[in-house]
Amino acid sequence: MPTRIVHKESLIPGTTSKLVLDAPQIASTAKPGHFVMLRIDEQGERIPLTIADTDKEQGTITIVYLVMGKSTAALENLKQGDSILDVCGPLGRATHIEKQGTVICVGGGTGIAAMHHIAKGHHRIGNRVVGIIGARSKNLLLFEKELSSFADELLISTDDGSYGHKGFVTELLQQRLAADKSVFEVVAVGPVPMMAAVAKTTQPFGVKTTVSLNSIMVDGIGMCGACRVTVGGETKFACVDGPEFDGQLVDFAELRRRLGAYRSQETLSLEQYRCQCHG
Amino acid sequence: MDNAKPKKVIAPRTEMPCQPAAVRARNFKEVALGYTPEMAIAEAKRCLQCKKPGCMKGCPVEIHIPEFIAAVTQGDFDAAYRIIKGTNPLPAVSGRVCPQENQCEGKCILLAKGQPIAIGRLERFVADQHIAGTACEEVSGSSTCTMAPLCDDGNKVACLGSGPATLSCAGYLAANGIKVDVFEALHEAGGVLIYGIPAFRLPKDVVKKEIDAMRQLGVSFKTNWVGGRTVQVSSLLEQGYKAVFIGVGAGLPLFLNVPGENLIGVFSANEYLTRVNLGRAHSFPAGSDTPVYPGKHVTVFGAGNVAMDAARTAMRMGAESVHIVYRRTRAEMPARREEIEHAEEEGIQFEMLAAPLHFNGDANSVLESVTLQRMELGEPDASGRRRPQPVEGAVYDLPTDLAIIALGTRSNPILLDATPELDKNKRGYIVADEETGETSIPNVFAGGDIVTGAATVILAMGAGRRAAKEICKRIKG
Ligand SMILES: Cc1cc2nc3c(=O)[nH]c(=O)nc-3n(C[C@H](O)[C@H](O)[C@H](O)COP(=O)(O)OP(=O)(O)OC[C@H]3O[C@@H](n4cnc5c(N)ncnc54)[C@H](O)[C@@H]3O)c2cc1C
Ligand SMILES: Cc1cc2nc3c(=O)[nH]c(=O)nc-3n(C[C@H](O)[C@H](O)[C@H](O)COP(=O)(O)OP(=O)(O)OC[C@H]3O[C@@H](n4cnc5c(N)ncnc54)[C@H](O)[C@@H]3O)c2cc1C
Ligand code: SF4
Ligand code: FES
Repeated sequence: MPTRIVHKESLIPGTTSKLVLDAPQIASTAKPGHFVMLRIDEQGERIPLTIADTDKEQGTITIVYLVMGKSTAALENLKQGDSILDVCGPLGRATHIEKQGTVICVGGGTGIAAMHHIAKGHHRIGNRVVGIIGARSKNLLLFEKELSSFADELLISTDDGSYGHKGFVTELLQQRLAADKSVFEVVAVGPVPMMAAVAKTTQPFGVKTTVSLNSIMVDGIGMCGACRVTVGGETKFACVDGPEFDGQLVDFAELRRRLGAYRSQETLSLEQYRCQCHG
Repeated sequence: MDNAKPKKVIAPRTEMPCQPAAVRARNFKEVALGYTPEMAIAEAKRCLQCKKPGCMKGCPVEIHIPEFIAAVTQGDFDAAYRIIKGTNPLPAVSGRVCPQENQCEGKCILLAKGQPIAIGRLERFVADQHIAGTACEEVSGSSTCTMAPLCDDGNKVACLGSGPATLSCAGYLAANGIKVDVFEALHEAGGVLIYGIPAFRLPKDVVKKEIDAMRQLGVSFKTNWVGGRTVQVSSLLEQGYKAVFIGVGAGLPLFLNVPGENLIGVFSANEYLTRVNLGRAHSFPAGSDTPVYPGKHVTVFGAGNVAMDAARTAMRMGAESVHIVYRRTRAEMPARREEIEHAEEEGIQFEMLAAPLHFNGDANSVLESVTLQRMELGEPDASGRRRPQPVEGAVYDLPTDLAIIALGTRSNPILLDATPELDKNKRGYIVADEETGETSIPNVFAGGDIVTGAATVILAMGAGRRAAKEICKRIKG
């Protein structure tokens, strides 16, 4: 059954958009940390996208994507009212959320949207939420408004200093952890190098660090092993054992290499698509 | 039917025409082309019509084999179809993929003379005749033999997964007027028949037609529904389903657990085959967005049907060489014999008595070779098979840029973790009553690979049918 796009909003023109999808069954069971597998049309590839928010009453889920290649470019070409052929979920293990005190939620780039749902879950259960978000520049910062509506604190960094702290999220994180001993967990969602840097930053403090991994997925339900990652020396399937894992145990270098496995085909696919689109 | 036995002049087994090996090794069209009516009748006439037919004992769903073969000799293919369909819901599939040499043909009296009746080929022929529509149309003027029954909406049954176990269960229930909703996690129904077994062995049309026929019987297929995620077993019962049948297969791939297994270029057979079959990566990028990793020198680990399928698929995707690496010998290979022969004809090389020690990559972690240990067969183990053991010091490298691991599968945790009331055995499969398929949850049944572990299409169909019979009895009294 195709899934209708009830609302589309461009967050960063041409590169990042937010879609609200009419998916009542998924909305009713989705929890923070879950993702969906989505296939745009008959020719489409199945791709994973995190559920950034749900509205159980309206029966909708929100996804936010960065245009990377063919599938996300094709998604960007859809309009409000159009339909996506297949949306499957909620998948993955939900975030472990328990009332424990102060949690720091770190988000980078498109990962801020995914982190938003997790932060909201922590807020709803009564944890004190400190958000730290970062982007290259002010105009690339997502979900600031949504996060500030509930976060107890929101710290911002930009690489170029156009907004908030000039530098990386890890610098804000480092300062915060040094000053505040009440933090029981750090959650990080973003580009692989950012998550690796967060894990490195938290290590001396011994604070629990959870990262959400974005390995390549095919089915998203544990049937292929494409998504395998090494965690604590063991092979895990990110789609069923994760996507969240202990950041201190993840082999980030391997993850980064595996993400590049299909680069030449991806380029080919996008080039061909662009040619078709532009006549 | 006349009782006169045919004369016992036994002609040689009728060969099935195939695409020439050199041609087919580069295309995805079906390898075996099927009998013509003349060939089928000639083959059927070889049958001795035994009083105590061994073939039927070998058949897990007890097809009335001599009867259908007798109908074929008469040229009455429609009657033959009805006889087969009486116990086997998907003959076009099983005729193509059953390991006949271990089942019906393995028990045929003529095996002693070396050439059993080609029962599988005849089954396939009869089913294909039916699909082509001619048989029924001649008889009834309509293209379907099965009567469309009235579906009683008050009595509905849910099936999870849509592989052969479910298809057989749902087909039986629907034919008995019971409404069935099938919930499938992937975007296409059919289970392994769609995502695993390649089109050159089981054309996707064959599966689609069977599924369409079920739709006509009132079965609805809901794709993108994950049992244990999108929907729970308990909520289905609460929603008024009289019974739930679990046929989710055993799809979680096993890896070798040797160093280098996560290098770029090492894949599970499930991933490789899913990308090509479900994702149609053979028409990337023009007709499909799903890529598959290209390999010039491919190695496949394992020796079952899955390994043969992966090797032959890699050949069709343009490999220059494909090796199958197996720690025992050709005689112990568990794949269907026909697939082993076809693979060999297509140029797949068998590297027997070798086991992988580790995969080796370049500076960017891209696979370059695999280090193998030479094995030899030692004393028989508990299963009676001679145990492979390493030949000391015999270690060598095989260059390879694409390695595919086809060592088997385990049960998938998604549904089982979400349904802790479901009893599992030590191996992690669902415990189900042997007769009825009922699980530890009343009115929840299970069958197929999720109960037995990776097995065969026909065993999954048998289990689905047994559960359906019990469900039918309970609903209809
Ligand atoms: C659990 C999970 C959650 C994710 N959530 C989001 C999200 O909320 N927003 C978002 O923008 N992105 C998210 N991603 C990443 C997103 O799936 C990829 O960006 C997307 O698949 C790219 O597809 P493409 O065809 O546009 O690009 P391609 O040109 O195909 O690929 C670009 C890059 O994306 C990655 N990629 C490609 N195919 C896949 C695949 N099948 N699965 C995963 N990664 C792939 C590779 O690193 C590749 O180099 C998530 C990934 C995972 C695993
Ligand atoms: C490549 C390959 C080749 C094979 N060749 C042969 C052969 O030649 N002959 C032979 O007899 N056997 C063969 N087999 C084995 C045979 O296909 C299986 O034994 C048979 O398909 C099992 O049927 P099943 O109905 O139990 O499960 P499957 O066919 O595995 O179907 C299970 C279905 O359930 C779905 N599912 C999984 N989890 C969930 C969930 N939580 N909710 C909803 N749906 C779910 C899956 O997506 C799948 O579609 C082969 C297997 C493979 C992989
Ligand atoms: S055992 Fe062989 S010869 Fe006898 S009835 Fe069966 S198929 Fe015919
Ligand atoms: S995506 Fe296939 S097992 Fe995780």
